[in-house]
Amino acid sequence: MAAARNSLAAEHGAHEIPPVKRIVLDRAPTAVPPPALDGDRAPRRRPATAGPERLRLEGVSVRYGAKAAVNDVSLSVHQGEVLALIGPSGCGKTTLLRTLNRLTELTPSAVRGGSILLDGHDVHELADTELRARVSMVFQQPNPFPMSIFDNVAFALREQSRKRPRRQQIEPHVIDALRRAGLYDEVREDLNRPALRLSGGQQQRLCIARAIALQPEVLLMDEPCSALDPRSTETIEQLIGELRRDLAVVIVTHNLQQAHRVADRVAFMYLGDLVEHGEVEQVFREPRAPRTRDYVRGVFG
Amino acid sequence: MLERLRHPWSDRRAELVLGAAACSVGLAILLMVVFVARGAWPTFAHNGLAWLGSGGNPETQIGNMLHTGPHPVAAAYHLRAWPLIYGTLLSTGLALLLGLPFALLSAIFLVEFAPRAVQRLLTPVVRLLAAVPSVIYGLLGVLVLAPFVGNHVISPAQKRSVEYVVQLDGTGLAVAVIVLALMIVPIMVALIADALAAVPAAWREGAVALGVNPLRATLAVSLRAIRPAIAAAAAFACARAVGEAVMIAMVSGENAFAPKPWDGVVFLFEPMLTLAASIFRNADSLSAPAIRSSLDAFALLLLLAAFALSLGSYLVKLPLRRHHAGARP
Amino acid sequence: MSVYPHTLPAGRGRGRRSSLRSWRWRDRIVYLLAWLSGLSLCLIAAAIVLYLLVRGIQYVSPSLILTRPTAGIGQNQIGGILDPLLGTLLLVALGTAIATPIGVCSAVWIVEYGRGRLGRRLARVVESSIEIVAGTPDIVIAILALALFQVGALSFLSFTASGGGVYGRSFLTAGAAVALLAIPPVFLATRDGLEALPGHQREGAFALGKTRIATIRRVLLPGIRPNIATGVTLGMGRIVGDTAIVFLLLGVGAAERIEPQGGVPGLGILRGTGSTLTSYIYSNSPAGEGNAPQKAYAAAFVLLAMVLALNAIAGFVSRRGSAGGMSLGDRVRLGGWS
Repeated sequence: MAAARNSLAAEHGAHEIPPVKRIVLDRAPTAVPPPALDGDRAPRRRPATAGPERLRLEGVSVRYGAKAAVNDVSLSVHQGEVLALIGPSGCGKTTLLRTLNRLTELTPSAVRGGSILLDGHDVHELADTELRARVSMVFQQPNPFPMSIFDNVAFALREQSRKRPRRQQIEPHVIDALRRAGLYDEVREDLNRPALRLSGGQQQRLCIARAIALQPEVLLMDEPCSALDPRSTETIEQLIGELRRDLAVVIVTHNLQQAHRVADRVAFMYLGDLVEHGEVEQVFREPRAPRTRDYVRGVFG
Repeated sequence: MLERLRHPWSDRRAELVLGAAACSVGLAILLMVVFVARGAWPTFAHNGLAWLGSGGNPETQIGNMLHTGPHPVAAAYHLRAWPLIYGTLLSTGLALLLGLPFALLSAIFLVEFAPRAVQRLLTPVVRLLAAVPSVIYGLLGVLVLAPFVGNHVISPAQKRSVEYVVQLDGTGLAVAVIVLALMIVPIMVALIADALAAVPAAWREGAVALGVNPLRATLAVSLRAIRPAIAAAAAFACARAVGEAVMIAMVSGENAFAPKPWDGVVFLFEPMLTLAASIFRNADSLSAPAIRSSLDAFALLLLLAAFALSLGSYLVKLPLRRHHAGARP
Repeated sequence: MSVYPHTLPAGRGRGRRSSLRSWRWRDRIVYLLAWLSGLSLCLIAAAIVLYLLVRGIQYVSPSLILTRPTAGIGQNQIGGILDPLLGTLLLVALGTAIATPIGVCSAVWIVEYGRGRLGRRLARVVESSIEIVAGTPDIVIAILALALFQVGALSFLSFTASGGGVYGRSFLTAGAAVALLAIPPVFLATRDGLEALPGHQREGAFALGKTRIATIRRVLLPGIRPNIATGVTLGMGRIVGDTAIVFLLLGVGAAERIEPQGGVPGLGILRGTGSTLTSYIYSNSPAGEGNAPQKAYAAAFVLLAMVLALNAIAGFVSRRGSAGGMSLGDRVRLGGWS
């Protein structure tokens, strides 16, 4: 990944990165119009597996009381691709992510505007429990429940069904989820072990398994690797590459290199505004907005 | 050695004085337990293991000890304490059975569902209920609840059915259990609510993010997580219930009768007495050595029970803590 | 912010919540029962307070409070509650005076001095013994104390009956026994307060050359005054509400008046017997000897007012205190029962 940065520096014809500038907050950033949402795309870096559009955001804004966290964001998320939300701390990317599964409603002061469509249906018309079964989330800190590994993965399966299913009925689903999360081989001997005894990386993969057990359509990930060591990070990044085949993945990350490795499309947010979004190569190599250019080159962040 | 220099004389003296104060409590307890154990010895010695058995009414037996003089013969110590032990177990068990679900539901309500205004109201209410002295609970029980039960709940036929053995006037097992349950509920609510609030928010958020409604998130995740705290709260409440003397003495019918479950519904209305209440009721006869010895024995038994319950609640938390061991990085 | 900040209720309807109909049938019942339980607790508390208020206020009057109890026929209308009231106050004063130094000193010793192999083990023994005391029923404490104070060597605390037996019952002995009820709250509150103090307060004082004991007296203890005050108030609440110890250690059950013993006036009262509001209530209830419910209600009203006032003060002091308030569970566990 150092190669990418050095190549950027080389393009500038200099050996150093331009000096750090002070951030000026008096003007709203220049937002460039997004490329046509449904138009033809530039060829992808990786084999094209883009599927149908899963999520469409139109003019979404969120504010907590008087403070605006997200301003007028419009995006589209497709199955088969990973969308990375990048930006400096406090720019609203986590808030935007949490709006997608209406987790912002846990905060009483949150007010949301605009519309979010999941497969064409307004997210607010769906029951929140049903929405979250189709749009799952993995958090920054691994948070497995204080139960066994099996019970953790089976949790959503058991709770979402009207009658409590028996263990034989859900066991194949649990094993499948663990396999897709790349954890099955490590825990297969004893699925009844307490989940809290696993290492951090294993716990996070368990949380991923738990989230995909219900076969959601969209997987939201809030900086899933920031609490993990590099080995676990690498494992999970590979996992994301495999998971995106069946799902749409939206990942929030403050790590630019990770975004570059993992994402197909990137959305750059700054102080609540969606400054630019597009293909990952385009945003990193030829960003159209000056602020994007500054951010990806490490001038601030 | 430098340590020595940094602690000049007054500090050392202070340490000794403070230490003496600290140890005084333990020493006082030790002394007292020794005296009581010595006092209780005669009744155990003269009754043997039959002391724990049944056979007659302990209150009558204690009454008989009243005039046995300063040096009673062995036969004067005759006592069969089982009805009292049975009464203690029965009242505590039933009160816990009644109170624990109520306390659990109230705690869940307080922490999860109550609107903020109700939360602000309910917290001092719980404190109030816990702070009311037991004699006031007893007063309300004997002046309000017992007459109500005696006049409106127990039918004359039921009274007649046992009138050769006991009088049913409303005071008895049922009123005692209800008031006792009311007394232990606030303690359990407070302890369980604290434990619920201490459950890491990440777990609950994770459950909600998986599409589970808030009640299910609480029941399936939080309650499971605080199982040791619930057990400890129950043990704590048990210790309280076992030691309750005044209220039981006021509302339970004052007859060391062992309520018989096979009497049917009437079983609930029969009078009974617990160990603690018996000590309380016979407190004015403590000058008779035989009575003194018997009551010392009751006190010793209660001390052991309370100690065992505290130890139990501590031990209950121990193995379940392993389940929550932190993850290796 | 809600009382329990970690678990906020879901935000108000900007999106469709899963309707109750989609919940499992069992869950709906639990939800309903939870609401019922919470609300019924409020109702019961209101009922208790209101009933005592209504019944008690009929009979409470200044004359009642200031008249001494009189024995006689026609119990209902004569006599006041002065002696029991004074008895309660005296007992609280005695108990608190004994419990506060012991509780505070023990906590200070454990937190500041309980170092070293021997010290640490001793500290744990002390903490366990205080926890044992906290968990002991008050009737058991009464019997234990009576056994102790009837030993001949301690006869100065009460009086010796004509037969040679030490009576063992007096305000002094009751005060000492009742102090055992108040020591755990004071101890725990002081200890928690000291442990919550940041280390740099101690280190700063040591760096200036102060001895440990001087630091404690001048720097640390003043800093945790709210904690100590909370603990003391909770302890007082426990003393006020206790009946069992009073009944056994303050004179033969039904005695209502304060009877001094011995020649010396002040000491005579302390060595004498008497009653408190709690024993007075018991005596006048159907379970006791008298059968004057009106008097019992009046005394109960006064007693409840005292207990509630003490608890309110404890809450107020603890909230204003800088060193953090106690949780609901701690408050109830320490000060809750009597």
